Amino acid sequence: MAITVHCDIVSAEENLFSGLVERVVASGAIGDLGVEPGHAALLTPLKPGPVRIVKQGGSEEIIYVSGGYLEVQPNAVTVLADTAVRANDLDEAAALEAKKHAEQAILNQGADFDYSRALSQLAEAAAQLRTIQQIREKLGKH
Amino acid sequence: MAVGKEIKEQIASVKSTQKITSAMEKVAVSKMRRAQLRMEHSRPYADKIRAVIGHLANATSEYRHRYLQDRDVKRVGYIVVSSDRGLCGGLNNNLFKRVALQAKEWKEKGVEVDFCAVGAKARLFFSSFGGNLVASKTHLGDAPELASLIGSVKVMLDAFDSGKIDRLYIMHNRFVNTMTQQPVAEQLLPLKAEQDDSLKGHWDYIYEPDAKEILEGLLVRYVESQVYQGVVENNACEQAARMLAMKNATDNAGTMIKELNLLYNKARQAAITQEISEIVSGAAAV
Repeated sequence: MAITVHCDIVSAEENLFSGLVERVVASGAIGDLGVEPGHAALLTPLKPGPVRIVKQGGSEEIIYVSGGYLEVQPNAVTVLADTAVRANDLDEAAALEAKKHAEQAILNQGADFDYSRALSQLAEAAAQLRTIQQIREKLGKH
Repeated sequence: MAVGKEIKEQIASVKSTQKITSAMEKVAVSKMRRAQLRMEHSRPYADKIRAVIGHLANATSEYRHRYLQDRDVKRVGYIVVSSDRGLCGGLNNNLFKRVALQAKEWKEKGVEVDFCAVGAKARLFFSSFGGNLVASKTHLGDAPELASLIGSVKVMLDAFDSGKIDRLYIMHNRFVNTMTQQPVAEQLLPLKAEQDDSLKGHWDYIYEPDAKEILEGLLVRYVESQVYQGVVENNACEQAARMLAMKNATDNAGTMIKELNLLYNKARQAAITQEISEIVSGAAAV
């Protein structure tokens, strides 16, 4: 059996995952990173995007986080998510709608336009779509 | 019959009070369940971030964040979390007693104390207690939101940043079970290192991209999450304490009604007996 490490994924609202994993893949502030058992201690903020975990035994789960922090200790991996959703619960239509809305907001800037907010909305919607895509690929593979 | 009219009125008034207290009890029961659920949902995050911060405080980093440095204590800050409404037994009073005690201890050491009040009862307390109240936030409702707390937390964090206060504590009630709530004081800043031997020795995180930025965000979030958890927990305590207080009040009203009924019947009986003996003695005289 593969070596495993304990992983916790929590958001302010609930505990999304707690158990042994073989690998965690998340989108860190400066790029995607994969964490396997025995990884050096690490602390990084997370960008909005999917967190993919390979559970003990090889089954995978994808969780969408809208940002947060990833902590790696030799014996534990912790994801402190701002808000997290199990990727299966993501609504593709809502994500597309949000993306369109944000793009439009950037194109037609009104007087009360908040550029950074629209940008972060766009990033979030795009990340949600990316997560959905990943699930599709995974499902297509099997 | 004019007999016992006052007693009857009293019984009626106690009965209506009992109706109110028993309704309040039922409301508190259902609110408590929800508050407890909310508390349990946000607890994993608060626990995990505390664990991460505990590790962090043990790391030998070349960059020491100001929240990790112990300073000479000249002034301390307290965030005191209370309920907005009363009628919840001794919940708030027990907490305020602790606050007063700690404030006295600091004063004896020559340390000034600043307060931040969360909840209307705490604000009321400080207006008579006379502490130096620097921030307050009231009426958070049954489902407190983190966003509405950030402002008052920031006042305290800014005070810490600018060196006005050297330590920050939070005081709230801890939910042990529905019967027991315990006032607790926890030190938020500077962070206390977790006692764990496996974390001893020279090690540090790899920070991506940069230690300063990460710590800044993470530590502020830590304080906010701890305050939020305190508020949510205090809310559950409030409902539990109110439930218990109202249950006692309902029971007491029940006993009172029983006693008054007995008194009323006795008075009625005495009146009847008196009337009969008057009639009998009247008949005997004829």
